Amino acid sequence: MNIHEYQAKEILAEYGVKIAEGGLAYSVEEAVQRAREIEGGVWVVKAQIHSGARGKAGGIKVCKTHDEVEKAAEELLGKKLVTHQTGPAGKMCSRLYIEAGTQIAKEMYLSFMIDRSSERVIMIGSGQGGMEIEKLAVTNPEAIIKIYIEPAVGLQDFQARTMAFGLGIDAAQLNHAVKTIKGCYRALRDLDANILEINPLVITATNDIMALDAKMVFDENALFRRHKIAELRDNTQVDSREVAAAEAGLSYVGLDGDIGCMINGAGLAMATMDMIKLAGGEPANFLDVGGGASAERTEKAFRLVLADANVKAMLVNIFAGINRCDWIAEGVVQAVRNIDMKIPLVVRLSGTNVEEGRRIIAESGLPIITADTLAEAAEKVVRARNDVVAQNA
Amino acid sequence: MAILINEKTRIIVQGFTGRIGTFHAQEMIEYGSNVVGGVTPGKGGQTHLGLPVFNTVQEAVDQVGAEASIVFVPPAFAADSIMEAADAGIQFCVSITDGIPTQDMMTVKNFLRRFPKEKRMMLTGPNCAGTISPGRAMLGIMPGHIYIRGNVGVVGRSGTLGYEAADQMRLLGIGISTSVGIGGDPIPGSSHRDVLEKLEQDPETKVALMIGEIGGPQEVEAGRFAKENMSKPLVAYIAGLTAPEGRRMGHAGAIISSAGESAAEKVALLKELGVTICPTPSLMGQTVAEALAKL
Repeated sequence: MNIHEYQAKEILAEYGVKIAEGGLAYSVEEAVQRAREIEGGVWVVKAQIHSGARGKAGGIKVCKTHDEVEKAAEELLGKKLVTHQTGPAGKMCSRLYIEAGTQIAKEMYLSFMIDRSSERVIMIGSGQGGMEIEKLAVTNPEAIIKIYIEPAVGLQDFQARTMAFGLGIDAAQLNHAVKTIKGCYRALRDLDANILEINPLVITATNDIMALDAKMVFDENALFRRHKIAELRDNTQVDSREVAAAEAGLSYVGLDGDIGCMINGAGLAMATMDMIKLAGGEPANFLDVGGGASAERTEKAFRLVLADANVKAMLVNIFAGINRCDWIAEGVVQAVRNIDMKIPLVVRLSGTNVEEGRRIIAESGLPIITADTLAEAAEKVVRARNDVVAQNA
Repeated sequence: MAILINEKTRIIVQGFTGRIGTFHAQEMIEYGSNVVGGVTPGKGGQTHLGLPVFNTVQEAVDQVGAEASIVFVPPAFAADSIMEAADAGIQFCVSITDGIPTQDMMTVKNFLRRFPKEKRMMLTGPNCAGTISPGRAMLGIMPGHIYIRGNVGVVGRSGTLGYEAADQMRLLGIGISTSVGIGGDPIPGSSHRDVLEKLEQDPETKVALMIGEIGGPQEVEAGRFAKENMSKPLVAYIAGLTAPEGRRMGHAGAIISSAGESAAEKVALLKELGVTICPTPSLMGQTVAEALAKL
């Protein structure tokens, strides 16, 4: 689960990481009010959306007067911001973070994440902050420091010192740097975060070490024990179809194609989408309907897939293990009747009670196209989609 | 032979008396697995499905000689149950439970590393369908009837895609020595590589099939292992050609977050390592058949 920059900063402040003075605003008036409350002559108005690279997309504006703050807030609030991480649809900006401007003497990079290869938390840093670490890894890999943290004992002081010196921090600021680095690690560990990234971490003109940006991503599986974190969820930053799916207990990812899919199991879903692609089509979504696909759940899944206006044909592929094909078939027939489905539907069933399932589909009298194999199902749904497009042309 | 489990393996069910544990224990017993009891803390001394219930895994090991376990415990408590099994001397543990926090899995893996390798419990999952040695024993939740006994060893991250592969093979008359589900989580108990190591040593296995997907480094690590250490042919399919970057595709571990984690990149790297790639997911059975025919 992603959270906003201001939320991550509030968390980090609790763990001893210094942040610039700032305040949250939902309206233009509030934004100006926040700026008035913050002393100094420079303010940064930052769009709060779940994405990095906001600066390049115009989501971060440096202002020298309250009028400029007002103008910046007007420009950002209620607008969709498109960054290279949001995709072409962009993300709605409905919150602003107004922060005191910081005089920067040096920019650095610091992150912590769970490394799947070593099965440990890895701490990554660089004295060359402000740019994307992926690019730095290509252009100047020697400038990146990686330190693995032993889970049983956690981050040690010597490791934090090694990182601090690697970032190019002076001896005079060493204790503060160690405190900052250890605070970040504790925040990640204590709150079940998968990723914590500060880019840039800066040394200010007054020799303070400060997090100028902050990103935290949390483990969805651990939210049951992180109630305060779970409350930070902002559904305006997530595809509304995905929100509806999550509420129905379904796993859904919206894509750009026009062939809707309903499949049981994540791996089989991905494979079926691959098959559609290989047959010349483009899937409109990923949808794992799960193991216990009841008639009610099946209907919810159908409605979700068909809510996407792009969808021109739909494919159902179910491999019944614990499930039974006859139950699935009954669910499908009921869903098609209740929804009064207008677009072509291809159904492929396999596994437990498959003959019975196929019989129910055949005897329903509904214009459902059936397929025996994965390849056949993909070919048929692509053909059906092409026929729909040809008819409408 | 087969690997990990056979008809003699003494199996216990952790989370035995719950609804899900009960249902799958019955299915496993019906399949012919040697289920010798189960564990539900606080219900020790009772009888369930005609079998003894124990308070602790240690009691089950001491009293009925439990060797393997299957975990149906809810996510918040599953890591603890897995570590209890390891501590009691269980040799093979399957965690079906989906939704275990990643940091809990780091703790589990760290706990397992404390044991010397020869005494270390092998863990598969979490979030997997289990392991089956067709015709001998099932330690999982799969539909047993789609698997026939034979010479192909299978390892995969997905449940239903594994069923699809088994079914394609069955229709071609190809059987399976053992099929091992390693689950869809970012930190799995065992990797593809760990299972291939076992399959390489199994005289019954002639060809190995790896069913991977986007996210993480483990398919390519397995490919490297195969190139350097395996005499048996390795066939692979990687799901997720259409998956966009940075989006989680159902499984907690199925997310492209860095270079080399997309399906296309994995396929290219595996090809370089000499692994035979299934051109489409509907040709998994056919590709395995061709590999068998070349032997």
